Amino acid sequence: MSAKEEAIEHQAAGSTKLFLWVWFGLLILTGVETLMAYEDWALLIMLTILMGLSLVKSAYILSYFMHLRFEKLGLFLMTIPVFVFLICMMLLVLYPDSVRLIHMRAL
Amino acid sequence: MNQTETQSIAEVPTWAGGRSPLAVDKKKLGMWLFLLSDSITFTCLLVGYSYVRIASPNWPRPFEFYPAIVKATLMTGILLTSSLTMVLAVHAAHKGKRSTTVKYILFTILGGVLFDIIHISEWVNLIVHEHVTPFSNPWGSPLLGGAFFGLTGLHMLHVTIGVIYLGVIAWGFGRNKFSSTDVEVSGLYWHFVDLVWMFIFPLVYLINVSPK
Repeated sequence: MSAKEEAIEHQAAGSTKLFLWVWFGLLILTGVETLMAYEDWALLIMLTILMGLSLVKSAYILSYFMHLRFEKLGLFLMTIPVFVFLICMMLLVLYPDSVRLIHMRAL
Repeated sequence: MNQTETQSIAEVPTWAGGRSPLAVDKKKLGMWLFLLSDSITFTCLLVGYSYVRIASPNWPRPFEFYPAIVKATLMTGILLTSSLTMVLAVHAAHKGKRSTTVKYILFTILGGVLFDIIHISEWVNLIVHEHVTPFSNPWGSPLLGGAFFGLTGLHMLHVTIGVIYLGVIAWGFGRNKFSSTDVEVSGLYWHFVDLVWMFIFPLVYLINVSPK
């Protein structure tokens, strides 16, 4: 196989069937999220579960629709640590601070 | 004969020069870098909104099942489907199927336009019938309007720009002016818009469904 043919095959990685399955899975997860919103759970539990499902959905979109799964490791390492940092900032720094604010108001 | 000539391609280090270490086109790399910066922008808005949402004891929960949640779920489904048609367009572009690519891009544009129409109808309902402004609302914390319109407005702007961008790509690719890489780069932008909505939908709508 020539270098050009190899490049084309790399770029066209993935199949229609695979993309359809990913799409279907994303729709199912969206349905699960919507049903869960009507459960009578505490705000922080609801937020954690919804954020978790959103992260799963975004991982599928990044991997298959945005083709990151089929790219070289260097591109993956360039992009994913930024998203991990953003999520860590959200979960480890900012959310605990807002929860602390509620408790301070209650006192 | 110098050292590099005696070495096979596999033995030449990736960073020795003359090759792209990330093995991506420069336009694709540029789009990825732009998307990283845009994701930081949206994260700032999402975290700012989430912070006040959690910390406010009087945050209103105005979204009834119909029309708000039904419309928002429909919008999510439309955006996911448009992402599917976009990835199929990119796949067809790399295989050299020009008319198939343009067809799928047009379906993606249709999805974007439908999303915008439904979203605008929701805005009109909130502004005209519920009297929500960026500074006030009849239910509770005045921050609701600013947070909601700011977040969803910025996202809607991205969708609208994406629709125009895809229109240009479809026109150009159909006339053999653009390559499959250009289609792929526009696809990255569109999937990013979808990805951001995966966070906005639960954080803005599902967290704030009206209690039973």
